[in-house]
Order: sequence, then structure tokens, then C-alpha cells
Amino acid sequence: MALAFDEYGRPFIIIKEQEQKARLRGLEAQKANISAGKAVARILRTSLGPKGMDKMLQSPDGDVIITNDGATILEQMDVDNQIAKLMVELSRSQDYEIGDGTTGVVVLAGALLEQAEKLLERGIHPVRISEGYEMASKLAVDHLESISQKFEFSVTNIEPLVQTCMTTLSSKIVNRCKRALAEIAVKAVLAVAALERKDVNLELIKVEGKVGGKLEDTELIYGILVDKDMSHPQMPKRIEDANIAILTCPFEPPKPKTKHKIDIDTVEKFQTLRQQELNYFDDMVQKCKDVGATLVICQWGFDDEANHLLMHRNLPAVRWVGGVELELIAIATGGRIVPRFQELTTEKLGKAGLVREKSFGTTKDRMLYIEHCANSRAVTIFIRGNKMMIEETKRSLHDALCVARNLIRNNSIVYGGGSAEISCAIAVEAAADRYPGVEQYAIRSFAEALDSIPMALAENSGLPRIDTLTAVKSQQIKENNPYCGIDCNDVGTNNMREQNVFETLIGKQQQILLATQVVKMILKIDDVITPAEY
Amino acid sequence: MAAARLLKDEATEEKGDRARMASFIGAMAIADLVKTTLGPKGMDKILQSTGRGRNVTVTNDGATILKSLHIDNPAAKVLVDISKVQDDEVGDGTTSVVVLAGELLREAEKLVNQKIHPMTIIAGYRMAAECARNALLLKAKDNKQDPDKFKSDLMKIAMTTLSSKILSQDKEHFAKLAVDAVLRLKGSTNLESIQIIKKAGGSLKDSFLDEGFVLDKKIGIGQPKRIENAKILVANTAMDTDKVKIYGARVRVDSMAKVAEIEGAEKEKMKQKVQKIIAHGINCFVNRQLIYNFPEELFADAGILAIEHADFDGIERLALVTGGEIASTFDNPESVKLGHCKLIEEIMIGEDKLIHFSGVEMGQACTVVLRGASSHVLDEAERSLHDALCVLSQTVNDSRVLLGGGWPEMVMAKEVDELARKTPGKKSHAIEAFSRSLQAIPTIIADNAGLDSAELISQLRAEHHKDTTSAGINIISGGVGDMDKLGVSESFKVKQAVLLSATEAAEMILRVDEIITCAPRKREDRM
Repeated sequence: MALAFDEYGRPFIIIKEQEQKARLRGLEAQKANISAGKAVARILRTSLGPKGMDKMLQSPDGDVIITNDGATILEQMDVDNQIAKLMVELSRSQDYEIGDGTTGVVVLAGALLEQAEKLLERGIHPVRISEGYEMASKLAVDHLESISQKFEFSVTNIEPLVQTCMTTLSSKIVNRCKRALAEIAVKAVLAVAALERKDVNLELIKVEGKVGGKLEDTELIYGILVDKDMSHPQMPKRIEDANIAILTCPFEPPKPKTKHKIDIDTVEKFQTLRQQELNYFDDMVQKCKDVGATLVICQWGFDDEANHLLMHRNLPAVRWVGGVELELIAIATGGRIVPRFQELTTEKLGKAGLVREKSFGTTKDRMLYIEHCANSRAVTIFIRGNKMMIEETKRSLHDALCVARNLIRNNSIVYGGGSAEISCAIAVEAAADRYPGVEQYAIRSFAEALDSIPMALAENSGLPRIDTLTAVKSQQIKENNPYCGIDCNDVGTNNMREQNVFETLIGKQQQILLATQVVKMILKIDDVITPAEY
Repeated sequence: MAAARLLKDEATEEKGDRARMASFIGAMAIADLVKTTLGPKGMDKILQSTGRGRNVTVTNDGATILKSLHIDNPAAKVLVDISKVQDDEVGDGTTSVVVLAGELLREAEKLVNQKIHPMTIIAGYRMAAECARNALLLKAKDNKQDPDKFKSDLMKIAMTTLSSKILSQDKEHFAKLAVDAVLRLKGSTNLESIQIIKKAGGSLKDSFLDEGFVLDKKIGIGQPKRIENAKILVANTAMDTDKVKIYGARVRVDSMAKVAEIEGAEKEKMKQKVQKIIAHGINCFVNRQLIYNFPEELFADAGILAIEHADFDGIERLALVTGGEIASTFDNPESVKLGHCKLIEEIMIGEDKLIHFSGVEMGQACTVVLRGASSHVLDEAERSLHDALCVLSQTVNDSRVLLGGGWPEMVMAKEVDELARKTPGKKSHAIEAFSRSLQAIPTIIADNAGLDSAELISQLRAEHHKDTTSAGINIISGGVGDMDKLGVSESFKVKQAVLLSATEAAEMILRVDEIITCAPRKREDRM
């Protein structure tokens, strides 16, 4: 097959070294791809929902990560299969776009693939299946819009936001303090949100962790936390009403970028040079002092002598502060980052109400708190706990922060606990009969695939999955109430509205759209060529 | 089929029960490993490093043992991690936390085998941990108001901590030493200002606490060996050849005479620097960096004691102790704060000469000189003392105190049992299991001491059924004793940290239902 003939009838080879390459074609290729996709989904299936289990991942370097965040699991999994990589991409794009629901999107895609396999066996052409899925996903998204609710909150009434974040956090290991963490997340987001523009720059929220203490000690700091200490051990540890000079130039003699040499050939030259050197440091410190700075934060190191001069002139300083932190400090304190001493002016100084150094535990770890800043638009969430807890808490908080941000962008919500999926499934199922042609089957399959999410939820919660699903479904139709879902926490009611389980509308819509897209892509592949192992 | 080849070569994946089993077994193995070191009669372990020299460490400090292990099992790593955190945060209880987590998992395994869902077990454990913590909170005593009592509390805690270590023979001596050292800190948890110097020779009993500061350095030749009313300049400056720091500068000469001239200028520069330093009116100069022979000679001429190459910690501590500032420029002598001390002299400990600063201004810092038969003993003594110091410094800040000898565990177990009886549903099994795990700790302590644990624990339980009791295990007599009278105390903060982190770790491992191990990163072979 890979042999072709040119116009003179001479054979030539299109794909080299035939026998060394594995090649799958046609239906077989599709089936192999589907089964790979399903395998990925199967791994994540047990992590779904509040009673979902965690995965333990050992990285190539032997570090252990315990998580139930879908995107993280897949990223760390060291996947080799091409289709599996597509699924990883899928969960990553959900993570970038929405931040939450990374597990759900993969499970949904897996279910769609499973349904597609059945249709393929009946001899339906993959492209027709794709088209059917496309229609169905439009139906589902529209339906979600119609059952969604606007959701009122304000800066003073943050309770609804906290509730939504709690839904996100309840599936993570941190659910012990979900209330506290949800409040932290919401307050952090509100602190940096531009409500009139409906936008949130999550980069202004820094999440820092420090090993030690317990999760309950996690706190929100209205300011910046820098994992550095004062450059000289005897500088003051507490500065009130600090005027901060933010520098990106080192307290060292200048190093011109052009190549140059200074030749010393006489004693006089040696001495002038020395004098000049002494003046450099003096000038630098004097300039900072002149503009009224009471704290210097510098991206680079200090020379010993400069360090002492700073300390001597009573000018506390912090060195080796990373670029990102420097920017945050500049934003928070309203200062400007100054690249040269000559350009330092009073207006460019940042202001902070309180700068203090705090030490932790029995080790000599110290951190610098910069608080009560002029512009309180940058905040830090400071997590305590053991190493793995901190990592997992960071991931969980990221999800919660994203959810809060999405709600500020668009305050429509749907109800969680699988209720939205069930409701969509009913709507899609009902709509399916109106479509003539082969697509009808695909649309119906789509509805069935949607059922798999509540089913996985029920399964993970230890409930009989089919019984529970059918019961909830009939209840939804009977009562015409799209808020019935799976009662995962055994509260006693399956009305998600009463349980306060919310999810964002855009998150859900995105899940459905992304999953459909990836499935369409996988279905369209009919030839897989893998180079042989070498 | 392609599905079988989802992961890369050598990457493995374990699922469901197998994964859970692997993590349970790994965690329990670690717990069993350190189990025998628990309690006053716990045994030590010898650790041999794989590095060059095959160094041997003898220890019974849980964190040290676990840190040195090469572990492949991911669940075991979780336990090692919590032990590290415990070490960082409170300093002691590193073994207890691992043993408790191991026991919790052992009980959990039984429950899982009875087909109870891990999430249910976690829910039960959480309730139990909360309840146990409240029980501890109620029973904790706080003697902050009464300084004498507080000090005796500290003494007791130090003795209890030390009794399980190599220092147990001289625990009173060391307890006093540790308490004195920590009280000098006046509430700060910064243990840096307590310096520990180890010198082989003598016996452990000869160790002492020195109020001043001891620097492990020699005095330069020809310089005074004893200075009274010393004025000290602490510096961090180059005293070798002072380089020109301007970038790109280099010496280029065309004749030998010029070289000599430049050399002369350099010397002159150094001389000026030394003159400036001398102009501070000091009689002792301590530098962090090297002092070359030439300046050293100049100092000797001026009758100044010059000490070179004190490490960074030493410098900071010295500056802290003597109240001087660390200087790097010497142009304005009038405004540099000098350090003061009454007497600097060279002392001999064993065969080594050390420099001793006594009569220092700031009373915070002090030095503990440890003596002992061999370096292994000294290392272990340092670790033990470090534990005691950590616990004490934490207790100074959080002065709540509990009794020891298995008393807190029994108190918690009792409360948790009560809770189990009140709780409906499957969770109560987990809560009961939690209480059993708590009781395992005194059981292990008794077992390690060679006592009849079953008998003792049942007696203890009966004792604890009364409302107020201070019964615990008396290891010395091998019976149930009154912990209050025996003076066995533990810090509340340590116990609480043990309880919470052990529960957290157990929970983390229980939640796992799948282990994916990536292929180990291959070392790049060079050709």
C-alpha cells in the first residue's frame, strides 16, 4: 500500500521501512483510540465528586504527589499514548480556561467515546456521529443556559460566593477546613477584582506555602509575603509607614555591558580607582536616603561594604527578591520599579503601613510581611501544613479562586451534584426524536453519555448507581425540577438548591463543549502510524 | 491493544485494593521500624551511610532515622514527610507521630477488610481527632502566671523528653542545662543563639552551660591571650588582598619596578584599612573572612586580638551577644557600634583551645559545651539536647502542659470511646478504631520496656474510668503510677501536633485508590 509508482512505472516507497512501523487503520484505529481515551477516563472516574478518592503519583525523581485534581494527575502521569495525550490536553485546557471541572471533562469525554464505540459497531460513520454529537452539545449548552440562575452577590454579601467555592473544595482533601479556605479564596478574589469591569487578575493573588503548622493556620494577608529576610542581621525587624525603594540594580559597582578594560599601570591610577570605588557605595546609599526611602528592596545582591553602609545609615534592605515578587510589591505598594539609582525619586517610592519579619517553628526560617499597602490590590494566601498538604491545598485553592473569578465574570450558576447533567440528558433525549436521520442515534447516545457523570458520582459515594440515577431522573421529570441531583454527602435531600451545591454555568458549558470537540477529533482519526521502538 | 500501553515503559500503575494494600504495608513497615525506639526504654538504631567513609550514626531520634532511609514506597514517604514537619515545627515527638499514623492505618486496614468505605473511615477519624483534641484542651494545665511552677514544669518536660534519649543517665543535669538556656532566650524560639560545641573527651556529665560565648578559634600568634574590658569590632570584610571591585579592571605593567610599586600601593591600602580599624579604639577584631599574615602582624603590633574566619553563624551570634554591629566599612569610627565584654581569654577544653567571651552585654545567648566519650555519643547528645531545647522553647510560648507516660493517650482514648458510643452509623467503628490506635502508644511504650502491656493497659483503663486521675505507666517500677507525683510532663503543643499530623497523614494515605509510578529518571550516561 505504501508503494506507489511514478509516471515511468518505477516503484517508490512512500513510508519508509514498512516493517518497522506499527500501523493501524480504519475501524481498528478508531477502536484503539477509543479504548485509550476510555482508559484515561477510567483512571479519573474514581476521583470525581466529594467522595472521590485521591491518586498517589510518584514522579521520575521519586517525589510523591497526592492529589485528586484531574489536570494534575494527568500532567504527572507520564502518558505515552498519543490519544491519551489528547485527553491530557483536554483537561489542561479546561484548567486554563475555567480552572475547575478538570476531572469532569475527561470523564465526560470518556463516556462520549464509549457511546461512540457502540455506534461504530452498528456501522454508523464516524463523521455522522461527530455531527450528531455537535448538535447534541448545542442543545445541552442551550438547555444549561435556560436552567441557570442569576446569582446575586455584592462586596458585603459574599455568602453565595463562599457557598460555591465550598462546593469546589469539598471534593478535595482540604474539605476539613473548606469553610475557612472558601472564605479566604473569596476574600482574596474580591480584594483584587475589578467589579465594574467584571475582571479578576489572578496573578495578583500569590499563594505561598511554608512547611509546618497546621492547615487551620492558613491565612489571608492583605499584602505581600516574601520568603527573604533582611540583608543584615541587625537591621530592624519591623518598620512602620515604610517608604519602599524598589530597585533592579545591584548595590555593586556598575558593570557596563560594552566590553572594556581598565588598565592599571601606575600607583596613582590604582589609588584613584580605589577612591572611586568607595564613592560608588556612598553615593548609592545616599541617593536612596535622599529620596526618603526607609526600606530598600533589591532584585540583586549587595556588596558587603554596601550592606554595612545601608545598615549603618539605618536603611533596612532586602536582597535577592525575585522578579515576580518585585512586581507584586510594586503593584501593592504603588511604587515604581527603578532600574538605576539616578532615576530614583520620591514619587517612585512605594508605601506600606507595616513591614515585619516573622520567624517560624524551630528552624531559622524567616519571612517578610509587607502589609497595609497603599494599594491593597495584591494579596497573599499563606498556607501551612506538611509538604504534600501544602501542594494539594495550593491546587485546591487555585480551583476555588478560579471559580470565584468565573462567578464575578459571569454570575450565572447551575446546580451541582449531577443535577445539571441529568437535566441536560433529559432535554437532549427528548430533542433527539425530532431529528431525522442517523444523527438521532448519536444525539441519543450523547444523552446517555451525560448520564455517566451522575452515575460516577453515585458510584463514588457508595450508592447503587443505576437505582439512584433512575430515581433522580424520574423525580426531575415528575416534579419538573431540574435541581435534583445525587445526594453524595448523605444529607437526606437530593434537591441541590437546598444543599447549596453550585457550579458555574460557564464551567459546565465549557466542559460539554471541550469534551465534544476532543471526541470529534478522536473519531476523525482513521489511521495511526507509530514509529517502531528503537 | 493500544489500551494496555497507555503509560511509558517502566511506569507502573496500581489500582484499588492493590494500591491501598501497597500503601498500608509501606506505611506500617515504616511505623514498625521506628516503633522500638519509642519511650524511655526504647532502643537505638545504627545507621550506616552509603556515602564515602560509611559513616555510622547511632540514634533513636525518629526524624533522624527516617531522614536517612532510602524509601521507595510512596506511602512511606508521606510518613517520613510528617516526621520532618514535626521536627521542624516542635522538634520532638517525631517517633510518636509516625507510630500513631501507622497504628491508625493498621486499624483502617481492618475496617477496609470489613468492607467499610475509606471515606467513612476518614469521616470517623476526623470526628475522633477533633474530640481527642478537645479532651486534651480541657485537661491541659497552664502555669504561666506562677514563674516557679512554670519553671518546674519546664524541668519536668525536659526530663521527660530527655529520658528517652542517650542523656537519660544525666537527665537532671541536662534538663537543668536546657531549661536555663531556654529561659535566657526570653520567649524567642530562635535557637540560633544557643550554641552547641562538641568536644570529645571527658564524660557526658562534664558538659556545661556557659553564660558567655565560646568561639572555636585560635588567637593569632603574638597577640594578647587575655583582654579585660574588651571592645570588639565584629566585621565582615576582606582582609586578604583587597580587590578592586570595579568591573574590568586589571593590572597591566611593563616592568618589574612597576609591579613592585603596585604591590606597594596594595600594601599601603591594606595598611590604611588596618589603621582605620585600629582607629575605632578597639582591642579585639573578629572577621568573618580570612585575615592574611600582613594585616595580622599589624594588629599584633597594635596589641589587638584578631580572630579570623569565624563562620557566618558565629559572627552573627557574636554580634548579637556583644551588642556590636557587623561592620564592613570603617570610615566613620565614631558611629559604629562596638561590642563589649568583660573578659576575653583562651580556655582549654580537653586538648583544644577555644576563645571565651565572658561578661557579655546581652544575656540572650549562651553556649552549651558537650563532652562525651566518642563523636557518636556527642552527635546523639546534640540531637537529644536539640529536641529538648525545641520543646522547651515552644513550651515557653505555649505554656500548656500535660502529664506524660501514656496519660494523654488514655485520656483521649476514653473521650473518643464515649464519642463512639454516641455516634450512630458506620463511622462509630472508625472512631472506636481511633481510640484503639491511641491506646497502642502506651502499649508500645510498655512493650519496649519489657513490661506486661496487656495487664498494664487494662489497669490504666480502669484507673482512667474515674474522673480525675493522673495515672500513667511507671516504667521504672513497672506498674501504674501517679504521673503528677513522678513529675512526668509533656508539652501540650507537641501532643497536639502529633495527634493532628498523624491523623492528617493517615487520611491522606487512606484517600488514595491508585498509585501511578513514573519511570525513574535515567542518569545520563556519559558516552
